[in-house]
Amino acid sequence: MIPPLPGSALDARPCLATRQTPGPMPGGSADPPKVESDGCRLGALRKGQRAVVTGLDETAVATPLPPGELERRMIEMGLIEGARVEILHEGFPGADPLAVRIDDHTLALRRAEAHAVLVTLA
Amino acid sequence: MSDTVLSTPVFPAAPPRLALVGNPNCGKTALFNALTGARQKVANYPGVTVERKMGEFLSPAGIRVQIVDLPGTYSLRARSPDEEVTRDVVLGRFQHEAPPDAMVCVADATNLRLHLRLVLELKKLGRPIILALNMMDVAEARGCRVDAAALSAALGVPVVPTVAIRRNGVAGLLDQIDRSMTVMTASTARSHSSPCGWSEPSARELRAYHQEVESILAAALRDAGRPSLATQRIDAALLHPAIGLPFLFLVLFLMFQAVFAWAAVPMDMIDKGLGWVQAAAGAALPDGLLKSLLTDGIIAGVGSVVIFLPQILVLFFFILILESTGYMARAAFLLDRLMGGVGLHGRAFIPLLSSFACAVPGIMASRTIENRADRLATIMIAPLMTCSARLPVYTLIIAAFVPERTVAGGLIGLQGLVMFTLYAAGILSALAVAFVLKRTIFKGARDPLLMELPAYRLPSPRDILLGLLERARIFLARAGTVIFAIMILLWFLGSFPAAPDGATGPAIDYSFAGMLGHALAPLLAPIGFTWQIAIALVPGMAAREVAVAALGTVYALSETGDALSGSLAGVLAADWSLPTALSLLAWFVFAPQCVSTLSVVKRETNSWFWMLVMIAYMTALAYGAAFVTFRVSSALLGG
Ligand SMILES: Nc1nc2c(ncn2[C@@H]2O[C@H](COP(=O)(O)OP(=O)(O)O)[C@@H](O)[C@H]2O)c(=O)[nH]1
Ligand SMILES: [Mg+2]
Repeated sequence: MIPPLPGSALDARPCLATRQTPGPMPGGSADPPKVESDGCRLGALRKGQRAVVTGLDETAVATPLPPGELERRMIEMGLIEGARVEILHEGFPGADPLAVRIDDHTLALRRAEAHAVLVTLA
Repeated sequence: MSDTVLSTPVFPAAPPRLALVGNPNCGKTALFNALTGARQKVANYPGVTVERKMGEFLSPAGIRVQIVDLPGTYSLRARSPDEEVTRDVVLGRFQHEAPPDAMVCVADATNLRLHLRLVLELKKLGRPIILALNMMDVAEARGCRVDAAALSAALGVPVVPTVAIRRNGVAGLLDQIDRSMTVMTASTARSHSSPCGWSEPSARELRAYHQEVESILAAALRDAGRPSLATQRIDAALLHPAIGLPFLFLVLFLMFQAVFAWAAVPMDMIDKGLGWVQAAAGAALPDGLLKSLLTDGIIAGVGSVVIFLPQILVLFFFILILESTGYMARAAFLLDRLMGGVGLHGRAFIPLLSSFACAVPGIMASRTIENRADRLATIMIAPLMTCSARLPVYTLIIAAFVPERTVAGGLIGLQGLVMFTLYAAGILSALAVAFVLKRTIFKGARDPLLMELPAYRLPSPRDILLGLLERARIFLARAGTVIFAIMILLWFLGSFPAAPDGATGPAIDYSFAGMLGHALAPLLAPIGFTWQIAIALVPGMAAREVAVAALGTVYALSETGDALSGSLAGVLAADWSLPTALSLLAWFVFAPQCVSTLSVVKRETNSWFWMLVMIAYMTALAYGAAFVTFRVSSALLGG
């Protein structure tokens, strides 16, 4: 059982539905694929859940960075369409920040910013 | 790469220069140490005040090569001042320095994606690149197999497997450096040939890089291997919501215990050695100005700083271990939420921890913080952490005024409790100041965390040792230059003009320092400071610990070191009231009495303004805290 997230911002409904959104084909076009949001975001996942990144939507979160910067930083850290992610650990208190395995490495990020990452459960 | 050019290369006067570039934690520093051994030094870039770590080695073919170790980065779009150094060096943006002739990119073989993306970006610079595929031992153990030849073909740069921490682990890299150097001299225009095609990539271009990496990996990665099981198991415990923070605090507690326990003996030896040198110099020289300058000014002054070397080294020993094992990133992860309560970034933990040794390296470590407001807030509160220079003052006053007895049923020593209170006062007030700063002048949300948690690694003793050596060198160089000069100035202020014939008070009373002290005395009277304290605070502006030696001078004591503290404690206990002593302790928690710290703040913020802000707010806090302490304790003690 995954408990609901305590008092989190944005749409923090736990992701229960699994709707398959295909990731980009390797070697395909460099355009960001069409964001096909089923409302599920990395920031709403709980420890142990796995997902595939389907898109980045930094407009959904408040950030002090200039527009486009959060997205670029996330891509540089491996959060890119098609990346397989798994929540390895949650911080304390408030289950924040998150330690997320992305393919072969582990990234720490806050839930607030993780809401910019669209995912489908794997 | 052609291997056919075998003629011994003839280089122009300057040796070829290489730069080590790569993501954090891929083993750049370990490779740097493996290549250069102890032939390395930290210096500043000409014209700018950024540190650079340079080393030299002889290649197998006998070429003298210079190499620079750069801060780790994921991208040339630098985000923190640290990463800006890397960007500016590889782009050749430093005015008085040509860009490196070639780059050695370092990649962690077990985790190639992010590393290869950076390599693709670096290739755009049009300068020769060698890719060192590091951590091959770990890769092998985890069943991760990379085809170096296929990778080299796909990337278009030479690729050499390395194990930075193993003897002979860099032999292949050395051979490749020779081959590349030979090719570089053979092609007449020594590097700098192809134009730099790098510009800041957009999100779209970054995605394209990633897709290119995927196709390269498809060609060269035979088996991705298993993720580190040890790391998963350790993290399951150390990042556990219930265990993580208590464990971190236990580590910090043990660290501070060790700082005091392990450093005691070497500090004592330094103290005795200094006393001996002072006595020897005193006996060898005739009485006079030269003797006074040498023994009271230089030896005593520089000695009062050098004596902290053991404590600083013990603390940095722990910091280096925490960093190279990978636990430091976990500490930032664990503390991010709590520190966020006062608006600080999790990354601020490392600078603040270093500041317990000395605020100077602490403030320099804040370069890893990306956001300027976050970084300034961290710099501003770093000097509130109890650095080792405050300890002699604390120890002296506590020994003089706090009785050696136990409280709470014999469990806790009262003296230790007071010391702990002073540490806690520093930390709590730092948090309070950060809270206020982040709600006023440094308003705004924190930068995102986005920090890699590297796999745990066993640190190599060689790297730890060389890291400590670097710290010791930097510290002693400072003691030998800045502090040396200040000590001579202070000696001058304290010795001239000389006391008139038939003077009754101590000589310092008639000097410039004495005049300053007397002028300050009325200002300091409301907080309970005597004129002797006022005089001692003048040289104490340079470095806090000097105040102890200065008090000794004011009270006309001739001993030094332990003997001085011993008899000085007696004199002070008789001369000061308890409220005065407590007030002075409160003063030292806050007062900005350290020229080195202020100068590094000026340097790191690149502005006089923030340095002046620091002086103003810390002095105001110190005065306020001392005032309240003095008044309240006077009222309570009826004195
Ligand atoms: N097993 C193994 N460990 C390594 C190797 N290279 C570096 N390390 C370790 O990895 C950690 C990080 O290395 P460091 O040189 O500080 O990385 P940097 O951040 O790139 O400078 C240290 O604990 C090193 O001892 C290697 O080839 N094999
Ligand atoms: Mg390093």
